[in-house]
Amino acid sequence: MSSTFIGMPSFPAAARQAVQDAQLRHNLRKATHTIRGKRGEVVGELDDWAELRDAGRAIKDRTLRHLDRYLEQLEEQATGAGATVHWAADAEEANAIVTRLVRATGEREVVKVKSMATQEIGLNEALAQAGITAYETDLAELIVQLSDDFPSHILVPAIHRNRAEIREIFARRMAEWGVPAPDGLGDDPRELAEAARVHLREKFLTAKVAVSGANFAVAETGSLVVLESEGNGRMCLTLPETLISVVGIEKLVPTWADLEVFMQLLPRSSTGERMNPYSSVWTGATPGDGPQDVHLVLLDNGRTDTLADRVGRQALRCIRCSACLNICPVYERSGGHSYGSVYPGPIGAVLTPQLRGVQGSMEASLPYASSLCGACYEVCPVAIDIPEILVHLRERVASGPGHAAERAAMAAAETVLGDHRLLHMAQRAASAARGAVPRRLPGPGAGWTDTRDIPDIPPRPFRDWWREHEKERARGGGSGDAGGRTEHEGGDR
Amino acid sequence: MRIALFITCVNDTLYPDTGRAVVRLLERLGHEVVFPEAQTCCGQMHYNTGYRRDAQRLAVRFVTTFAGTGADAVLAPSASCAAMIRDNYPRLAEEGSRLARATAELAPRVHDLSELLVDVLGVTDVGAYFPHTVTYHPTCHGLRLLGLGDRPYRLLREVRGLELKELPGAEECCGFGGTFAVKNPDVSAAMGSDKARGIASTGAEVVCAVDNSCLMHIGGTLRRERAGVKTVHLAEILASTEQEPARV
Amino acid sequence: MTGSREKVLARVRAALSDVPRGEAAEDVAVPRGYRRAHGQGPALDLLVDRLEDYRALVRRVPASGVGEAVAEALRRRGAVRVAAPADAPQEWFASCPAEVVRDAPLGGGPPLGVAELDAVDGVVTGCSVAVAETGTIVLDTGEHQGRRALTLVPDYHLCVVRARQVVDSVPEAVARLSPSLPQTWISGPSATSDIELQRVEGVHGPRTLEVLIAE
Repeated sequence: MSSTFIGMPSFPAAARQAVQDAQLRHNLRKATHTIRGKRGEVVGELDDWAELRDAGRAIKDRTLRHLDRYLEQLEEQATGAGATVHWAADAEEANAIVTRLVRATGEREVVKVKSMATQEIGLNEALAQAGITAYETDLAELIVQLSDDFPSHILVPAIHRNRAEIREIFARRMAEWGVPAPDGLGDDPRELAEAARVHLREKFLTAKVAVSGANFAVAETGSLVVLESEGNGRMCLTLPETLISVVGIEKLVPTWADLEVFMQLLPRSSTGERMNPYSSVWTGATPGDGPQDVHLVLLDNGRTDTLADRVGRQALRCIRCSACLNICPVYERSGGHSYGSVYPGPIGAVLTPQLRGVQGSMEASLPYASSLCGACYEVCPVAIDIPEILVHLRERVASGPGHAAERAAMAAAETVLGDHRLLHMAQRAASAARGAVPRRLPGPGAGWTDTRDIPDIPPRPFRDWWREHEKERARGGGSGDAGGRTEHEGGDR
Repeated sequence: MRIALFITCVNDTLYPDTGRAVVRLLERLGHEVVFPEAQTCCGQMHYNTGYRRDAQRLAVRFVTTFAGTGADAVLAPSASCAAMIRDNYPRLAEEGSRLARATAELAPRVHDLSELLVDVLGVTDVGAYFPHTVTYHPTCHGLRLLGLGDRPYRLLREVRGLELKELPGAEECCGFGGTFAVKNPDVSAAMGSDKARGIASTGAEVVCAVDNSCLMHIGGTLRRERAGVKTVHLAEILASTEQEPARV
Repeated sequence: MTGSREKVLARVRAALSDVPRGEAAEDVAVPRGYRRAHGQGPALDLLVDRLEDYRALVRRVPASGVGEAVAEALRRRGAVRVAAPADAPQEWFASCPAEVVRDAPLGGGPPLGVAELDAVDGVVTGCSVAVAETGTIVLDTGEHQGRRALTLVPDYHLCVVRARQVVDSVPEAVARLSPSLPQTWISGPSATSDIELQRVEGVHGPRTLEVLIAE
């Protein structure tokens, strides 16, 4: 997945196609508005939401500022409870660890709980190269896997697909992966979910190895927590003999009691429910219950680079709820694939350039994939100031290669705007040329005039009128206006 | 009260009528307006595009120009510029710098028009007359950074002859976003087009806002689509009276 | 993998060079102004409302009437064989129409296999804690609950909640739970909204959750 994303052109180029896709636009509009509304209702139910958000932000900040201590504590506690802890500096290493652990069991198949971290590192592809088949068991991940597609949303990876498309994918591809779709499969979501149930059930009941991520890892106790809805998570976390969990180092929370905050913030922000149907908590291995061979792979893969940036590190507070995607007007129109990463939307725009650096054209374009409207910050349950990070990252990109022309233009603009006399001269020059402005602008301005008219330039700037007004006032006159008439006939914005 | 007007570079250059309306309105309400001529730009475009140093220089210029006006309040008839000063100047200023000190002193006195009228001057009925159907678009920075809330609506509801229409999807960004409109023209245009559709659906003659840059985007879209809806800054509606009605 | 452990920890410490040396984790203030509970109404009423919202079946019964209620629920369900934890109270099944297959106690013989669990018509258990505000039932493999697999594989889960096990809120539940036990938090039957955000109940977990609140 992730490897395929690398080298995508850039956000504006990808979004250009998405914006023209009527089916995609319809699917996204419908889905984001539905989930947005649900979130609003359940968040509105709690009169202490602001306080919970404050606590969530602070708990994550505490964790990040003392991450070394908490990582060591987590390792100690998890090991004491019977888990084996592994450390992976990057994706390649994490994949090698998981591959080695699966090989050691002698199994050629693993079932997977939906996990962003394993998508980020391209685990399924790495396992496939080692001759191991990974079966995604979350309904949406299954849809994505069966159609050789990419996820386009953190919570609802197949948000870009509608029921008709899903029915077609199931009918065409299920047989290649296991139990085929029933003949005459319809497109009612109930029927489609049932087909997935039947398709996956034999895998659940026979799988010996499972791979998961985790929503939270509690340093104090060594516990891991996974939130889900379908029960595929429970199946994978309970029935196999071996369980391998790949967890980003930013997923820690200090204490067991801290879950009282996040188990309120996450479900309401994410699925818009008071609580998601199922959450599993496990601490190492429990004799006689669940997997006895339990592993935890702690993943860096660019997280420490993000942590080193004092403005950007707040992105590591993210609990992957996806509220920012669901509210974002840009995501709603560009779709998730345009972001060139498993982390789409506003959080992806600040996370991907930090995890991967801004050398690639996609990564360099992401900080600009926002109108800075601020809706993401407003809904973020851990108060990540995404607009602030975006601007901060733009600074990094703008000082790099490929921005020389823009830097020169900005410097010139600053020179003019930095002196009111120069500004006034420029304004007068513009007014003098007001009749000569073309309807279509050349260069970067074409991006504007392709779809929008440009405003008319007024006959004179405000400061000229003001001088006149001042003189009138000194003479004891009125407002220096000929009534309320504009000077700017037909002057529409 | 003595009010220093920060007209903003966009209003000064492209929308002088907004400035004239502000001056007429405040003088009609009995206040003194001063206009420091050395003013230019708050630095928002540079800051938001990643040119922090340039923005810093413009910020220093702004606080220097406005620190010595002796005014009780500074009016910026553009919510995003007011937000730039109040929200981002503290981020721009190095700790303990002159800019930091000047910002701490000045920023709390910088207001957008609806804040100035409702909070500082304590007035919602400014004696305006505007016999048209109007829908109001709450621009993002006014809505989320300044927290204007219902202030603009309270002002509009007191305008005689004005019929206010509710805008569907009001709180969604229009897609301007400064350089976003040029760097991501397709998404920006899609957002603008959806906003224009929402505005057209209200049947209003006029769409009103407190940011001319957003109105420039919305208006440019409406005009290209021949929608026949006019964009008007809140100041121009509030300045309009029976004696001197604003023309639509 | 010691190499990587040291490498990652060194990177973390380097990244945090701006954190003052003397600062302890506890020095980072965490404002805890949120409520312990939201006072949204009487706990049992709230629990019923929330469970019904998830489309679970809920009934309130007197503590002495659990056996009767279990029997009635299983009759309505048409269950012929149901599984139960080794320590489930005998009185739950006093008038039970179905055959009750008890799982082996922990460390006492082989547990029921997955295939056997897949073949029963349902499972009857108790719980550890229930959260009224969120309609959540928490199982932690403690008294009357059995192993995690027991409540996962069968298609129908009948859960007996005692009134004293019901708390108002998530913070109250977290305080009652022991992290050393594996937990399953259950809020209604399994569900998905992956297709057009339309909620479908019943995917891989039990498709039907029935709750008896014993007062």
